[in-house]
Amino acid sequence: MTAPLMIEARGVEKWYPNGFQALRGADLMVHQGEVVVIMGPSGSGKSTFIRTFNGLEDFQKGSIVVDGITLSDDVRHVDAIRREVGMVFQQFNLFPHLTVLENVTLAPVLVRRRPKAEVQQQALELLERVGIQHQAHKYPGQLSGGQQQRVAIARSLCMEPRIMLFDEPTSALDPEMVQEVLAVMQELARDGMTMVVVSHEVRFARQVASRVALMADGEVVEVAPPEQFFTAPSHERSRQFLSQIA
Amino acid sequence: MSVSSPPPRTASPPPLHRLRRELFATPLDGVISIVLLAGLSAAAVAFLHWATSQARWAVIQANSNLFAIGRYPLEQQWRLWLLVTLLAGATGLSWGLLRAWPRADRRAQPWPRNDSIAAALLGAISLYVPLALHAQPGIQVRWWAITALLLLLRAAAGRWGALVPQQLRPMLALIWPALYLIGMVLISGGLGLMQVPAAEWGGLMLTLVEASFAILLCFPLGVLLALGRRSALPLLRWGSVLYIEFIRGAPLITLLFLGQNILGFLLPGGLAPDRVWRAAWVLTFFAAAYVAEAVRTGLAALPPGQLEAARSLGLSLPQALLHVVLPQALRVALPATVGQFITLLQDTTLLSLIGLLDLLGIARTVMANPAFLGRNAEVYLVLAILFWCCCAALGLGSRALEHRLNPSTLATNTTALKA
Amino acid sequence: MTPSLRPQAAADAAAPLPWWRNRRLIPWLAQGLVGLLVLVVVAFLVGNLVRNLTAAGLLLSWGWLDNPSGFDIAETLLPYNAGLPYWRALLAGLVNTLRVVIAGLVGATVLGTLAGTAAFSSNGLLRRLARIYVEVVRNIPLLLQLVFWYFVVFLQLPNGDAALQLPGLVLAKSGLYLGHTELVNGVWQGSLRFTVEFGALLTGLVVYTGAFIAEVVRGGVAAVPAGQWEAARSLGLSKVQTLRRIVLPQALRVIVPALNSQYISLAKNSSLAVACGYTDLYSVAETTLNQTGRAVEVVLILLAAYLVIDLLISALMNGLNSCVQLKER
Repeated sequence: MTAPLMIEARGVEKWYPNGFQALRGADLMVHQGEVVVIMGPSGSGKSTFIRTFNGLEDFQKGSIVVDGITLSDDVRHVDAIRREVGMVFQQFNLFPHLTVLENVTLAPVLVRRRPKAEVQQQALELLERVGIQHQAHKYPGQLSGGQQQRVAIARSLCMEPRIMLFDEPTSALDPEMVQEVLAVMQELARDGMTMVVVSHEVRFARQVASRVALMADGEVVEVAPPEQFFTAPSHERSRQFLSQIA
Repeated sequence: MSVSSPPPRTASPPPLHRLRRELFATPLDGVISIVLLAGLSAAAVAFLHWATSQARWAVIQANSNLFAIGRYPLEQQWRLWLLVTLLAGATGLSWGLLRAWPRADRRAQPWPRNDSIAAALLGAISLYVPLALHAQPGIQVRWWAITALLLLLRAAAGRWGALVPQQLRPMLALIWPALYLIGMVLISGGLGLMQVPAAEWGGLMLTLVEASFAILLCFPLGVLLALGRRSALPLLRWGSVLYIEFIRGAPLITLLFLGQNILGFLLPGGLAPDRVWRAAWVLTFFAAAYVAEAVRTGLAALPPGQLEAARSLGLSLPQALLHVVLPQALRVALPATVGQFITLLQDTTLLSLIGLLDLLGIARTVMANPAFLGRNAEVYLVLAILFWCCCAALGLGSRALEHRLNPSTLATNTTALKA
Repeated sequence: MTPSLRPQAAADAAAPLPWWRNRRLIPWLAQGLVGLLVLVVVAFLVGNLVRNLTAAGLLLSWGWLDNPSGFDIAETLLPYNAGLPYWRALLAGLVNTLRVVIAGLVGATVLGTLAGTAAFSSNGLLRRLARIYVEVVRNIPLLLQLVFWYFVVFLQLPNGDAALQLPGLVLAKSGLYLGHTELVNGVWQGSLRFTVEFGALLTGLVVYTGAFIAEVVRGGVAAVPAGQWEAARSLGLSKVQTLRRIVLPQALRVIVPALNSQYISLAKNSSLAVACGYTDLYSVAETTLNQTGRAVEVVLILLAAYLVIDLLISALMNGLNSCVQLKER
């Protein structure tokens, strides 16, 4: 691939203080513009893995390079990476004491020190892009789950990240709201955003993913384009997983 | 949405019926009601009889100045009048502006019913109290003028407050710390004003100075302690725990005692700040431990994803704490924290036990005067009413603040949510 | 990301990481700084303390506790006179404190439970009175209430013949007499006698703490799910029976931990006895300090004593708590 490498994770190993090993040498390479969907049984370490990419989880062995910056003990590296990587959580994690608009504008004003008026303008445009422009002055508690998750996506996008991480973005939503969020994510992918998505949504993976990765027992077992992954996986574990979710 | 007729309203039962249901529902209830009513009416009659014929209210009227400001020099009292005027002005302004600047999701209500009641009450109190205290006409007029100023500013700010541009609005909060500093200068001296040593402060003024000092300083200290208590760093955590548990295990009077007697030994050359400030610092350190516990509850109520979301957006830890964690934690901790402030106000009465002339201390010196010997009941009754009003007002203010800050109370005047 | 950072990041990777940017070191540095600061301040204060005490000839020592105290104690359970040493005086004070605290805990719990459950009574007047009681008492300082009870109520009690006489109880200015009471030569005698100082302090503490306990009890009962009341009623239990057997036991799970802090609060508030003229531990300690000037030792004794009382109460309540928690799978 000629596109530059955005995420380069090699041999990542992580132990929890109680001795449990969550990641056993996981590898992943994500190129610019790719959409990688990570699937796998629960407890396989999918969420833990993508949370190591922006420093929310530490790791003991291995190396992670994000957009050319090595994730190390250097505070400046971690801060720089967090500015470039956006994250959308399963529980939305919107700030309930701020309005929707304030939620979206908080980080760019504080972290990138951009003028408030300019950020507000951009925020309103982003909210329109995800379909929430009329709720800009409401509080998160007054919105439905699907609306909140779309605000969360807009909030991350306002920081103009180069990579977006999604940790089971639709798992906490009622079924009728899942599609509206997936539609936003699909459009994001069409616009060329580099995305790593942990999800169980098979149809989304089939339609949008460039590659699908299977994680099991803390390792990345197989990575393949969706047509190959879903019809003719090469690894036994993948076949096992697919039979369970089919 | 289909139109359905509302359920028929049952006629509310006639008053006599309701009375019967409330008081005489069961035979036991009936007996209790009769006993209570008899007891209450007897007590009320006895109290009224005492209040009108036996009580000598002169003790309050003759000493109202002492009760209010202790032994503050007469020629310098204009400074206190100035301070009260400034405070009244700031209160009226803040009140009106808060009404004129609603939250983003609510519409402005310039004169809600509560405000009209409050204004009427204020007017009534300012009319009645100077008369009841047999204050000189000059002082009566001053009180009426100050109250009128407060209400005028309230009305003006409510009417024209919306004209203030958005950027300047957060400045309102700065009025109060500034006023506090100005107040301290006015009371104690400096900047060209004659110094009035703290030993001459007394009465309600001293109570309020001590309470406001402790309230202002114990809050940031308490927040720091609460953060330290929840820190992952062992030294900070155990240090905070030690401090909080030590303070919570000691009676306040013991700590005040410690402050008065030992503080002198802790500084070089036996130099010690005035007794008033020693007590103020003890009150601060004491209340900080309790505020820390209240804030800790607030911090614990925070969903863990909040800090993660803030950090993953790139906010530094101080930024995340300031803009995301603390605003939410403090909202949860607000009732308990204001409860601590109310307790602090009440605890200032303990200063009378270490020889300071706060409201209760002044009361004791007043009653030691042979002319007013034995007038305990009148004095304590008035003090009790005064404290009750202050504390109840603080409680009401806290509930109003909670209501304003709580985003989950839906807007009262907006149209229905479009799905 | 600004392209400028990337080449620098590469260079950083090559150079050794300076300590102020190292994520792992920063917390320890922060702690070290705070620890150092605290150490410096404490060393400064303690140094001054030692120097000033030595200059005044008051360096820490405990021998003075054996010296005769020279002051009397108004009322005491233990035999005491002015010739006995200071430590006996302090012990008598401690016993006085324990007396009023234990009686206060019992009284406040009873009053608080009654007032708290009254909030659920079918009698509207009783409910409102309970509410008024709590709201009035909570907003008036305890010290003010104590001096009120002492000066306005108890000291105004009539004496001799005119004393308040109830079966088994006589309230007079000379004291409160319980049990078999009789008037002998104008002086009351009874099987059990309490001073008015004790009475005033006890009443004040019970009324004040009772209001807070009432709120705790009310909150605990309100926390029991409505379904419990409904189930009990559909089984035919009366309101009182439901309260006693179904709701209160469950409410205790919430009440007992909150009661702990109220009890400790009462124990600490007993130190205000000096306003009522009751010679509790604090009052004796204050007199001792005034006579001996031994500030540091006296304060240490006071702090230690109240700390022990608090720990005892907490230990007791924790034991009670484990009994009261639901046995779950």
